[in-house]
Amino acid sequence: MKLYFKYLSILIKSQMQYSTSFILLSCGQFLVPFSVFAALYFLFERFGMLKEWDFYEVALCFSIMHMSFSISECCARGFDSFSSLVVRGEFDRVLVRPRSTFLQVLGSKFEFTRIGRLLQSVIVLSIAVLNLSVEWHVFKVLTIILMTVSGIFIFTGIFVLAATLCFWTIQGIEVANIFTDGGREMSQYPLNIYKKWVTRFFTFIIPFGCVNYLPLMYILDKKEGSSVLYMLSPLYGMLFIIPCIFVWRFGVKHYRSTGS
Amino acid sequence: MRAYVSIFRMRLLNGLQYRIAALAGVATQFFWGFILIMVYEAFYLNAGKAQPISMEQLVSYIWLQQAFLVFVILWYRDGEIFSLITGGNISYELCRPCTLYGFWYAKLIAQRLSGALLRCSPILLVAFILPQSYRMSFPPGPDAFILFVITLLLGLLVLVAISMFIYISVFITMSPAGSLLIFGVFGEFFAGKVIPVPLMPSWLKRIAYLLPFRLASDLPFRVYSGNISGNEALAGIVTQVAWLVVLVILGKIALDKVLKRVVVQGG
Repeated sequence: MKLYFKYLSILIKSQMQYSTSFILLSCGQFLVPFSVFAALYFLFERFGMLKEWDFYEVALCFSIMHMSFSISECCARGFDSFSSLVVRGEFDRVLVRPRSTFLQVLGSKFEFTRIGRLLQSVIVLSIAVLNLSVEWHVFKVLTIILMTVSGIFIFTGIFVLAATLCFWTIQGIEVANIFTDGGREMSQYPLNIYKKWVTRFFTFIIPFGCVNYLPLMYILDKKEGSSVLYMLSPLYGMLFIIPCIFVWRFGVKHYRSTGS
Repeated sequence: MRAYVSIFRMRLLNGLQYRIAALAGVATQFFWGFILIMVYEAFYLNAGKAQPISMEQLVSYIWLQQAFLVFVILWYRDGEIFSLITGGNISYELCRPCTLYGFWYAKLIAQRLSGALLRCSPILLVAFILPQSYRMSFPPGPDAFILFVITLLLGLLVLVAISMFIYISVFITMSPAGSLLIFGVFGEFFAGKVIPVPLMPSWLKRIAYLLPFRLASDLPFRVYSGNISGNEALAGIVTQVAWLVVLVILGKIALDKVLKRVVVQGG
């Protein structure tokens, strides 16, 4: 863990050397989801409701998912761009060091410009929270934090899985985008607006539903039955990372160097 | 002219080599299309009064957008020209016995066309045999289809003319990130990629109509789905040609200007 923060501080320093570029890119990261959010606003202005969800409820969902996506993209960037490490044969170096490969790859890159996206999501979150007419108490705030953390775990898990595939394909593959970018785009709306098979897949296989739909029901007082289950469902989402780490370990064992 | 045609052909064949990459892209586009259709379906559940575009038309619109994605996005897989400009190899390009504008233009069109050729047929094929609510419908008549093809091709010319400005701007900024971003975010928003143009609020629609971005994607797709009928489509074609002339002339002037003060950084 200490090593991880060491990596973090080194990479912050190196990125801050190009401060103008950093600021510009962060602004860009702010603008992209902003245009998506603007589109969301216009759609609600026209249609009023999305199934039974209103604008601020969807905004809450949107902001939480984008928050977790931006944080995990910032921290797990090493896995996202892992294919270049394999292609150039640099993964060999990682293997000979006496630390876990997972930690090293995780610490190999940080994308701090995602702070722009994070900032945008935080603004959306505060707009949503201020305008929602639900009673707020400690447990609900806790649930929101749980949702975000769990989302980070899930997105990181997907990045890890995509990276593991590189052991076999060498090249990074575009299909993985379905689950990273696609997962983000999809889970920015409450999951129950989709067809059953989509909802099922994204609740039980990749547990976005546990981060998005189920806890939202609790926060917005739409649930029926025991609220503890709804509240704790993000914890189930966090478990997603465990098989991903196992798959990663399996992949590392199968690694064949491309030479350098 | 023959030189440009052969550049075009060479690039086209080159682009057609990336079949696996295209297949992966197709899978992604499918997923995207499904998700978008489901989202809009959920929105349309509450659509009280008639909307400016019907759900059926919107489904066609979305599939076309996915199939011709390379006609919508402003920047498409070409780090090559950027590295030419920033790396100094631009000097070789300047030695060639043809104008730089025409050379790049032919190259970029071929690239997009090959990308579209590889991707559009599998997507469209499947989109036509999907279950009812996701199925892509046929254009209302043969005339609409012909108009669609014309507007689509003209739109491609317009789009490439716009994207030339991105490359030209790199001569000044020396870093593609900034201009890609501005062009990408604003251009694609007003092209209807984030929210279909007909669903925009009217003040925004007016802005979108003033800008050339929608001509490449929004116009042909709506002609196909029948959302824009004959006469309006013809007016659209006139607009396209006008913009094309303006953009190419401006682009040529701008490129000449930046080339006059180009600094080749070693090499």
